[in-house]
Formats: sequence, C-alpha cells, structure tokens
Amino acid sequence: MSENSINKMTSVRSNSASDFFQRWRLIKDILARYCVVAGGLGVIVAIVLIFFYLLYVVFPLFLSASAESVSQYDVPEAALGKTVLLEIEEQNEVAARFTDLGQVVFFEVATGKPISTQAVAIPEGAHIVSFAQGSPINEGAVIYGLSDGSAVMVKHQYKVTYPNNVRLITPSLAYPLGEKPLQLDVEGAALEKIAVRVADDATTVVAKAVDTTHGTSKIVLTSFEKEQSIFADEASLKRTDSVLEVASEGIFEILIDKEDRNLYLVASDGQLSFFDIGDKSAPVIRQNQNVVGAGQKLTSIAFLNGDLSLMVGDSTGSVSQWGLVKDALNHPAMEKIRAIKVSDKPIVAIKGEQRRKGFMAIDADGNMGIYHSTAERELIKAHISDASPIAAVLSPRASALLLQSSDGKVHFWHIDNEHPEVSIKSLWQKVWYESYPKPDYIWQSSSASSDFEPKYSLIPLVFGTLKAAFYAMLVAMPLALMGAIYTAYFMSHKMRQAVKPTIELMGALPTVILGFLAGLWLAPLIEKYLAGLFSLMMIVPLGVILFAFLWQFFPKDLRQRIPEGWEAALLIPVILLSAWFAFIISVPLESLLFGGSLREWFRSEWGIGYDQRNALVVGIAMGFAVIPTIFTIAEDAIFSVPKHLTVGSLALGATTWQTLAKVVLLTASPGIFSAVMIGMGRAIGETMIVLMATGNTPVMDFSVFQGLRTLAANIAVEMPESEVDSTHYRVLFLAALVLFVFTFVFNTLAEVIRQRLREKYSSL
Amino acid sequence: MIRCWIKSGAPWIWLNAAAVSTCLIMIIGVLGLVAVRGIGHFWPSQVTQFSYQEDDGSIKTIIAEKIDASVTPAAMAKATGFKMADNEETLVQYQLKTGNRDITGIDFRWIQERNVKQQDTPVEIIVVERREWGNFYGRLVAVKENGTAIASGEKAWSVLQEKLASTLSLFKDIIRLEKKDIGTINYGLERLRLKEKKSQLDNQWDDAAKKQVAEERAGLELDYKRLQSQLSELYRNIKRDSLVVETESGAEVEISLSKVVRVYQPNAMSLFDKMGFYGSKVVEFLADDPREANTEGGIFPAIFGTIMMVIIMSIIVTPFGVIAAVYLREYAKQGFTTRLIRIAVNNLAGVPSVVYGVFGLGFFVYILGGNIDQLFFPEASPAPVFGTPGLLWASITLALLTLPVVIVSTEEGLARIPKSIREGSLALGATKLETLWLTVLPMASPAMMTGLILAVARAAGEVAPLMLVGVVKLAPTLPLDANFPFLHLDRKFMHLGFHIYDVGFQSPNVEAARPLVYATALLLVLVIVGLNLAAIVIRNNLREKYRALEG
Repeated sequence: MSENSINKMTSVRSNSASDFFQRWRLIKDILARYCVVAGGLGVIVAIVLIFFYLLYVVFPLFLSASAESVSQYDVPEAALGKTVLLEIEEQNEVAARFTDLGQVVFFEVATGKPISTQAVAIPEGAHIVSFAQGSPINEGAVIYGLSDGSAVMVKHQYKVTYPNNVRLITPSLAYPLGEKPLQLDVEGAALEKIAVRVADDATTVVAKAVDTTHGTSKIVLTSFEKEQSIFADEASLKRTDSVLEVASEGIFEILIDKEDRNLYLVASDGQLSFFDIGDKSAPVIRQNQNVVGAGQKLTSIAFLNGDLSLMVGDSTGSVSQWGLVKDALNHPAMEKIRAIKVSDKPIVAIKGEQRRKGFMAIDADGNMGIYHSTAERELIKAHISDASPIAAVLSPRASALLLQSSDGKVHFWHIDNEHPEVSIKSLWQKVWYESYPKPDYIWQSSSASSDFEPKYSLIPLVFGTLKAAFYAMLVAMPLALMGAIYTAYFMSHKMRQAVKPTIELMGALPTVILGFLAGLWLAPLIEKYLAGLFSLMMIVPLGVILFAFLWQFFPKDLRQRIPEGWEAALLIPVILLSAWFAFIISVPLESLLFGGSLREWFRSEWGIGYDQRNALVVGIAMGFAVIPTIFTIAEDAIFSVPKHLTVGSLALGATTWQTLAKVVLLTASPGIFSAVMIGMGRAIGETMIVLMATGNTPVMDFSVFQGLRTLAANIAVEMPESEVDSTHYRVLFLAALVLFVFTFVFNTLAEVIRQRLREKYSSL
Repeated sequence: MIRCWIKSGAPWIWLNAAAVSTCLIMIIGVLGLVAVRGIGHFWPSQVTQFSYQEDDGSIKTIIAEKIDASVTPAAMAKATGFKMADNEETLVQYQLKTGNRDITGIDFRWIQERNVKQQDTPVEIIVVERREWGNFYGRLVAVKENGTAIASGEKAWSVLQEKLASTLSLFKDIIRLEKKDIGTINYGLERLRLKEKKSQLDNQWDDAAKKQVAEERAGLELDYKRLQSQLSELYRNIKRDSLVVETESGAEVEISLSKVVRVYQPNAMSLFDKMGFYGSKVVEFLADDPREANTEGGIFPAIFGTIMMVIIMSIIVTPFGVIAAVYLREYAKQGFTTRLIRIAVNNLAGVPSVVYGVFGLGFFVYILGGNIDQLFFPEASPAPVFGTPGLLWASITLALLTLPVVIVSTEEGLARIPKSIREGSLALGATKLETLWLTVLPMASPAMMTGLILAVARAAGEVAPLMLVGVVKLAPTLPLDANFPFLHLDRKFMHLGFHIYDVGFQSPNVEAARPLVYATALLLVLVIVGLNLAAIVIRNNLREKYRALEG
C-alpha cells in the first residue's frame, strides 16, 4: 500500500471516531475548567464556612427567648377551695393544685383534666390558716399551718412507670415526718405564717403563732434533727425549740435558706430581719434592713436558685436582688445587688427557676416577665391574662408555666429559653455574682457543686491572650526584625543561604515541643536563675557593642580574614561568652543587691508573687515560635526592595546605615508592618505553648511573673468536656469565633498591605 | 572617635547581626537540648551505692541512679532555707532515682553532696525493669520456681537469665492470644450483634437470619472457650518463677518473673554490652506498646497513629490544594477574585489551629458524623460510629489546616514554569487540560511534593486541633488491623505530639516520664527536621532546574 492510501484510510476510519474524540477532548477540557474553578473558589468557601459555622453555633446564645400560649381551661375541681400553690412535675405532664381546704388536685397540664384528688390529713377541730412551700429542690415539700398551733408537712411526688412502653406518671402524697401533726406552739395559738426547710437529716419549721384571745403573737422555730443511734436501727428525731426575739407584727413572709443557717423575716413595709439560725436553740439576729424604697410596699419575695439571694418585688413593679455580702468587718450583710424594672404595677408573684439563676415575675395586670439575674437580661415579656393572677408556677426545667387568674382560668404556656445566662453584659462587662464582694470579671465554667452558677466573662481570657501575645512580641519583635534587617541587607549571600532555611526550620518546630521545653525545662530554670536572666538581657547587648568597638582595633590581617557579612557568625562565641559571664556575675550581684534571691526580694519589697509558669516563660517560648514568622516575611520585604533605590542612595554619598534607615526600611515598612501583624496573629492563636507553659489560671494581672489563661488554651482545656449545644459549648465557640475574628483582621490587613506593596515594587 | 563610630551606624549593624546570632543560638540550643536529653535516655547509667547521713543524723544506704546535679551558690541556698557553713561556697545536690516505688513510695529524691559519707558502684547490683511500679534496684539473692529456691549466690544470675527468657516468650504468647486472637473474636461478636440489630430494624429478622447468626455466634464462642483455656494454661506457667532481691535496707523482696521486662547489672556491663542494651531499648521504644500510663515502654501506637493520620490527610489535601493552586495560576484572571482567594488562603494559614479543632468537632464530628450515623449505622445507636471524634475527622480537619501550605508551594512551582512551555503545548493543538496534565503538572510535581512534605511536617507536629477531633492518650486498638474492613476510620488514635503533651503534663509521675518525653520529642523533631530538609532540598533543586530552563 502506498503511503497515500494509508493516510486516506486512517482519515476515513477515524472520521467519525475522531469527531467523537475531538468532542470528548473539548468536553473534558470544559469539565476540567469547571472543576478547577470550583476548587479555587472552594478555598473561599472553606474560610467562609468556618466563619459561618462558628456563627451558627454561637447565634442561639443571643436569640431572645420565646413563650407561647398552649391552652387555657377552667380551674379543675374549683369547688375544692382556692388555689394556694400550683406545681408542675419534671416532664410537664402532671400539675398539682393545692387548695386552702387542704385538698390537692392533680390534673393534666395540657388539658386541665383532673387525674386524682387527695386530701391532706387535717385533724378534727383544726383548720388551715397558713401554707408554705419548701424550696423546689426539696422535692416538693409543703407545709400547712393549722389553727391549733400544729402543722402538717406533706410531700407531693410522682412515680414514673412505663407500662407498654408508654410513660405513665402517677402522682401521690407522702408524709415525711409522719401523718400526725407537729405541735409547734404548745399554747395552741394559730400559725398565721409558716415556713419549712427540709434537708436530708434535718427539718426546720418557723412559724408565726398568733394568740387571738390575748392578741399577742410570736415567732417560733422548731427543728427536727435525725439522730442515728448506734443501737437502734431506726433514727430518732431530736427536737429543738426556740422563740425568736423580734416584733412579729406585720410579718409578710418567712424564708429559710438551703443551708438551714439563715432565716429571713420580711414585713410588708419592706423591713427585713436576718437571723443566723446555725444554732437552732439560740437564733441570733444579724441585721435589720429595709429592702424597698420609702412609701412602697413589698408585694412578693422569693429565693433565687441556690438560696443565696432574695428577689424582692415591690408595689412599683420593680424586682430587686438582695444578697449576702461580706462587709468591712467580714460579717455577712444583706446588700442590694441589682434591680430590674418589670412593670408599673405591683409584682404579685416571683418564681425562681430551679436550675438556673433566672426568675419569673408577674404583675397585678397579668403581665409576665422572665429574667436572668446575673446577666440582667429580660428574656420574655408577655401578657397572659386580663384578670389578675392568683397563682403561677414555672416548671422544673423552666420550659413551661401555669398561671391561674381570678376569672377562674388556668393558662398553660410553653417557654423556649435555652441560654438566659449569656448576654453582652455578662460576657464583656463586670458582673456582680452571688457571694462576691463586688462586680468583677470572672471566668469559671464549672464546679463540683450542682447549684453552681457558671461565670462566663471572656475578659480574663482576652486579657490573658493579649498579655501572652504582648510578652511574646516583646521578645520576638526586636530579634526577628533586627535579624531580618541584617540578613536581608548586610549578610553575605553564602551565609544567608544557610541562615534562612535554619530560621524556617525554627518555624517548623512543633509548638508542643516548645511548650514542653518551656514548661518542664525553661520554667524551673528561670525560677532558679531569675537574676541571671535579667543580667543576661543587659550584659549581652553591652558585650556585643564592646566587641564591635574593639573589633576596629584588631590586627588588620585578622579582620580581613573574616569576609564582610559574616559578623553574625563572629558574634556567636561573643554572645555565648557574655551570656556565661552574665550568669557568673548574677550570683554575687543577687546576693549583694537582693539578699540572695531576686524572687524573694520581689515578693518582700514589691509584693509581687512568683508563679513558676508565668508570662515571662510564655513570652520567651512563644517569642521563639513567632520569630520565624516575622523574620521570614520582613526579610522578604526588605530583600525585595528594588536595588536601584539603594544603589542610588549610596551613590549620593549616604552610608550603608543611612541608606538602610532612610531608604530601605522606609520603602519596606508596609511589609515589615504586615510581618508584625501576622506574627501577632500567630501569637494570639497559639495554643500548646500557653497551655503547657502557663498555669492556665484565668487571672487578670499585668505582672510578668504571674500565669494567665488564653482563649485558645481555654478552648483546648474545656472543649472536650463540654456538653454539646449547652451554653458552655456555645460560649467556647464564641471564644473560637473571637479568635477567628482577631486573626482574620490581622491577617487580612497584612495580606492587603502586602499585595499593595507588591504592586508598588513592581511599578518602581 | 566613639561618637564618629556611633554615627557611622556600625553599632546598629553589629546589634542587628547579634539578633541573627541569637536566633541561631536559640534554635541550635533547642535542637541540641532535645537531642542530648533524648539520646541519653536509653543509655544504662551506673547505679551507685551511697552511704548517706540523713538530716536527723542517722546513716542510711541508698542504691540509686544519679539523674541530675545542681550547684547552688551559698547565698542563694541560704535564701531558700538551707543551713550553710561559712566556708561553704556552693551547695551541691544530686537528684537520685531510687526506684522501688512500691516499697518506699517515692521514685526520686534529692540528696546533698556534703552529707554523702561514702559512695561506690558495686558490680553485683541489679536493676529490674518491671511492668508495674517502675525500676527496682537491689542485689539478687535467689531464683525461685513454684516458691522453692532453685539457685542462689553466684549461679543465680545465669539461671535468672534463662528463666527470664522463657517467661518473656510466654508473655509474648499471652499478648498475642489476648490482643490478636481474642480481639478478633470480640470484634466478630460485636459485628454479629450489629448485624442482628440491623436486620431487626430492616424487618428481616426471620428464622433463617436468626439461625445463621446463632450458628456464627456459637462458632465464635467455641473458639473463645478454646483460646480461654490456652490462656489460663499460659498464665499458670508464667506465674511459676520468681526472683528474690535484697533492697538497700536489707529487706528481701520476691518479684514474679511475669512482671519483669528485663534484668541487668549496669555496673558490670562493658561498653559493648551497653551498646547492645541501648539498641534493645531503642527497638523497644519504637516498636512496643506503652506501659505504666504511658510513662514507660514504647510509643509504637503513637507513631503508627501519626503515620496513618498524615497518609489519609495527604490523600485528601493534595488534590484540593493542587486544584486551588492551578486555578490561581492557570485559569483565573489576576484580579479581584484571585485577590480574594489569596486573602482566604492567607487566612486559612493564619487561623489558630485550635479554631480548626473547634470547627472540626462541631461541623465534621457532630453534624457530618451524626448524619452519617443516622443514615448508615442506625443499628449502632445509641453508640456513635462516626458521630464521635476519630481518625477520619482528624485527618480531614488537618487537611483543611494544611491546605494553604500545599496551595502556596504548588503555586510557587507553577509560577516558575516558563510560559514558553505552555505556549508550545497549546500551539501544537493540545487543549488546556492536556497542556496542564501532560506538561505543566508533571513539571510542577516536585513543587507539589514539597508542599505535601511541608504539610505532613505541619500535621505531624500539630496537637491542639487533634485534642478535639480524635486523639486519645491510650487507644486500645490500632486503626489498621486484620479485621474487616481493615482500616477503621472511625477509631480514635494516638499521636506523637499529643503523647508529648499528655505524658509530660498529664501523667501522674511527670518526673519518671520526663526522659521518655524527651526521647519522643527527639523522634518528632527528627521527623520534622528531616521532612523540612527534604522539602528545602527539593525546592532548591527545582529552582536550579527552572533557572536552566529559562536560560
């Protein structure tokens, strides 16, 4: 076959195939283009995704809570008396209505359908005159004060069973102290006001007994302490009685705290008497204090969860929080911590949440507000009923509320209130927490006790972050920038080729190794040779200058043997020698000037404490980590300053130093600035070094000898043990978001500056 | 003269030079420190017998290794509360490793040199390395079999060696049985349980399925019983022998050989012996599992976990990084979009690593993993499969973290390829993709390699994000084993960097663990320095090559 025909044949054969092939090539090309574009834009997507995901997790923190009406129904079994207390159990399924006739009506929360009615055992001839509820945490203890000076304590409890895999809640009543009424007042005076506190091994009842025949009244205190006898199996009750020395007229409410130590009596004019009842046989009055403004009336009072502070509602519609604060003499005293304006009408009911420091306040017009005390946040405000409210309750999980109004209706509302404890104020401003003497910035996210209030102030963490970054930059900036200047401008080409990779290697060292060395090697070393470190900082530069000065007088042939641009290598032994010298002389200096130990001297003379793992150690270790970042970028910026600028300057007679200072640095200054920015960003986000080289204590102290806790280290420490979607989890995400934004600003600024600089150089 | 000299700027130049020198001293110092401490750890040190006067005046015998010495000037010592005589200029203290933690309660103590009355290094002192309670120092008294002494005095040493060798081989068998064989059976049982639950969920739990599962289960249980009896036989054998050692205070202690890793007489060893010992310790360090809450033994699972993670990470990060770089260099018009991407890349590089961890935990683990569990592993619930931190999520998180490294490096490589090469290819009729695939990318492959190496180096040393997305202090199983599907991406794993943090800062006995941490740190540093040097060499070669091309 001739060559021609082969060509022909292939072209004929491949005509259709080649068409397809060509098209396929083009399709592939286009597909590849789309893929690559998608991949390129994917980088932007990634960074945006990170940002928005963090935001997405953080966002619910700042959503306001919501409440919606679910149902409304007539009061169940209204004939059985007026409601004195409403209660809901844990699952929001069953509610209880306690009446003034000693009846307890259990009904379905959603529909109001009665489930069962039980009567409290009231003895013949006596009737109920007062009623009180133990704290909600005490598993539903209530007490009835009777007209014959006795009282009956009852617990309402709910048994959960799962017949046929359906949850069934069976309510019942129990008598923890026995069905027989407790005779509180021996003379049989009616108990007009009563309060109870139930704990595992002791029950305290305080009541106001009114003798109607004589017209006198008194406050009696009775406590029953369980005594475990060694011989008997059954515990016997030890009873202690006492009478409080206080005018009992006009007592509005009696409150006993959870510890069974403090007793509060409040009158409706706002007079509050605070007793120490640690010794039940001899109560001591500690303080008398008016807790509402002049001319106002106290209309409602309740404990906040934890029983450390009292929420006082008054006739002008504001609720104030009073807590025990140690006064100047270290005595506990009631002090007003904050006030929240709810409405203009009197507050008729305050109900604390059972797990958090939130509370619900209801005014006479049927307006309900849910607040968080420490965050000072108004979370929900809703109008529930036009008729005035009679009783109200928040469910144990604070996810539902029941309110009975005077028109005989019960209102059932759902509440969605996930993160009440976080507000801009509680995160970024001073907050006055319970048991603290004054408002402060505190980060304390968890504790062993159950009614502990988490404290989420980001300020100590941000402070720690900036403090660590500051000391790191203090170490890194001079070394890195001066090093960069020398390397880019003076160093010989050969040495530069060795130095640059070495510094890059320094940047590649894992921070966990730097942190480990800082924590376990450097920290004890600095603790021991603190004075040596300070003398090192002074003597080494002096030594270098001295050597440089003397270098001029060295024999000429020796000087010429060292090529230009190798000063840095020459200086290594000089620095080592002067460092050694600094340590040698630091010992006599220390004993001469500071009595042997600089650390001790700081403590005794200046009151500066010393932590082994402190900001100084972090500064040095993190400075080490940041040096390469700053060095590399700054060196690039200086090195790529166009040569004709420097040559021109030198040609005009400027010295090399003048050229550097007036021409090179000036031109490269944006690059140097961006180097510092990026270094700063790295120092802010560094985790392992601060985690290992500081004590991780979130304190706010400028001292270089004190520890700190940074945002990043805090995340690393607390994230693994935080519960998903809890407030703590979201606050940690917020910390991450803050870090992200910090570094985003620094990096973007630096990058924009660098891009500008690059354009400028290319135009020069 | 001085003023003139200062005016010339020379002091500044020298000070700048000093900054470079300081940086160099720091980096070399740190590398040197890690190297010296890390290398020294495995060398058998002499065991010294001290006759030491305690503070109360009594004289005691101490048998211990000298670990550290500290020299404190008299003034400083006085300030910290030591009584110093007038003629004493320094206080010399030694840190001793006394071992015998189960008897004395302490491992380490400091003594003052001035109170040492006498010290020597008797040849017959033995060091017993145990599986629990750390080292034991003392003198060999006898070797026992089933509670009766079979050798004592001179002969004991050689008998001990024999017995120990056979005990160690028994121990190996036990470990193999427990970990491998019984582990496989347990894994099989667990898979059966899941299978059963899955077919129940799918409403296919009929008699045939029931029968099949029951048969398989019976088979596995039979195997298990057989292995169990083998195991108890081995346990009986391993507990047979023991050695009797006399402590420094003269008490005699019996140690079961099953608890012993090795016994040696450091003071009797020749240099050659010591080198052999050193070698065996290094092998143990690299190839064995950790013991005693990670403070002793090897770090093999950590090495293995690190390698697994960087491999998976590389598989993910390389295509994405290269595509992004190709887009930036080859496809995109230089303008607003590329600027935006560059800013994004820089931010990805600058975002603190712990933020990646937080993102990985929330997004990958809980959102992606949680959904995967719901879709594909409903039978495992409530136990999460992918909805918990693990190898896959750690690798993806680190891939995201190291993406900028690959992008920057690849882009640099692409930028160096002369335009003429692309134009030549296009002029010959190749499409853009073909040009890219057949000429540009192969030429840029060393640059990609560099980027990948740097990414691996970064990932190997990164700890903070891993703490959140899958690293644990002790993983019971490796992520790769002989059980189907062999690679278990959902498992948690160990990591060298986290190992350093954990053992150095979280372990109950930091003092005892410190040498091991130095050794681990040295290994990590060697890996990272090696990787970085390789990257630098490749990059330099590449530059040279392209310079030749351009010329």
